[in-house]
Amino acid sequence: MSNLEKYIEAFKTTFELGDESALPALKYQDIEAWDSVGHMALIAELEDAFDIMMDTDDIIDFSSFEIGKEIMAKYDVAL
Amino acid sequence: MDVFFDTAPYSPGKDEKGALLSRRLFELTRRHYERCEPYRNIIDGLGFDLEKAGTYYDLPFLPVSLFKQLDLTSVPKEEIFKTMTSSGTTGQAVSRIYLDRETANLQQKALSKIVSSFLGASRLPMLIIDCPSVVKDRTMFSARGAGILGFSFFGTSRAYALHDDMSLDMESITDFFEKFGGRRVLLFGFTFMVWQHFVHEIEKLDIKPDLSQGILIHGGGWKKLAADAVSPAVFKKRLYETCGIREVHDYYGMVEQTGAIYMECEEGHLHASVYSDVITRDFHDFSVCGFGETGIIEVVSALPASYPGHALLTEDEGVVLGEDDCPCGRQGKYFKIQGRLKNAEIRGCSDTYAAGL
Repeated sequence: MSNLEKYIEAFKTTFELGDESALPALKYQDIEAWDSVGHMALIAELEDAFDIMMDTDDIIDFSSFEIGKEIMAKYDVAL
Repeated sequence: MDVFFDTAPYSPGKDEKGALLSRRLFELTRRHYERCEPYRNIIDGLGFDLEKAGTYYDLPFLPVSLFKQLDLTSVPKEEIFKTMTSSGTTGQAVSRIYLDRETANLQQKALSKIVSSFLGASRLPMLIIDCPSVVKDRTMFSARGAGILGFSFFGTSRAYALHDDMSLDMESITDFFEKFGGRRVLLFGFTFMVWQHFVHEIEKLDIKPDLSQGILIHGGGWKKLAADAVSPAVFKKRLYETCGIREVHDYYGMVEQTGAIYMECEEGHLHASVYSDVITRDFHDFSVCGFGETGIIEVVSALPASYPGHALLTEDEGVVLGEDDCPCGRQGKYFKIQGRLKNAEIRGCSDTYAAGL
């Protein structure tokens, strides 16, 4: 699985999404599942998938699918 | 609000912070006046004129109990995405606080800035001294659940120390101590739960976990412990004897102003960050008390954008000890809470829980 696939998979698993069509435009709190509880679940999923540990500030700043990609780059995860 | 988040939470001195807070709190007063009818009626009833106010000390404050009696919001229903309720003992009315996305984000950001300044930027393995069921309902949070959730941002590998019946989850804590003993870890819980269900229970066991590098953050009220004559010094001493933990920080905060918590420093003083302030008021005429004088605590917060909770009179009494000159080096006011006003209801996550026992 490529990194991008893993990244997408983390969103799909956490938020129980059937397909990925809505992902590129998805922002924090757009859907019920992505609330603060879902947010921590997503972070845990990503940290597991890429074996990284994110800083608190980055978790706060992780406000959309797209911005998340930039944050992943900080942890040497090329998508 | 950006200027608040570009500032380290305990860096601005009195004048800079005063100007920043006044500007924001005036803006919030105006916003809530325009958008929240009951608030407007109160302000008009008081004959308050914002044009004549000099600083945030002059703003009208609402009694916190008002959030139990009235539904106060400044946003349309469809923009409310979380409702938080205060802790209350059975039979007590609870406050309802309505959050839109903006306010919820501001709260999480402020909390993060404040707590990170104590913990550092990297997250820590976290042991929550509570049971997992308190965070079950995701749209309706009790103050207890919201506190745990807010602090979860700082944890990696979060573990809960208690079962739903509040007995120690031996499997969970043994696993946590084995994995992270001797390392820097975060413990979080409400004061009474930490005392009753953690310290007391661990003492009964034949184990001595090594949390010497750990940091405990706890809050929610001292009422029950004070009644049992457990002082903060005793609390800290027993914790140290139980698990070697030395860094212990109490915090003061309330669901009506979530996010802008007041952390206890190394000197044992509660500190106001850049996001909020405390003002002590005279018991009879509400005039501002001097440093060292006991009064009713008023709290102001820059965060409440979706409800008029930016200036509130609490039911706590306390004393402001000074400003910008605490030996710990943090700027801003530092203070102590001395207890609840007489005849006030029991509140606080720790206290309401204890009253139910």
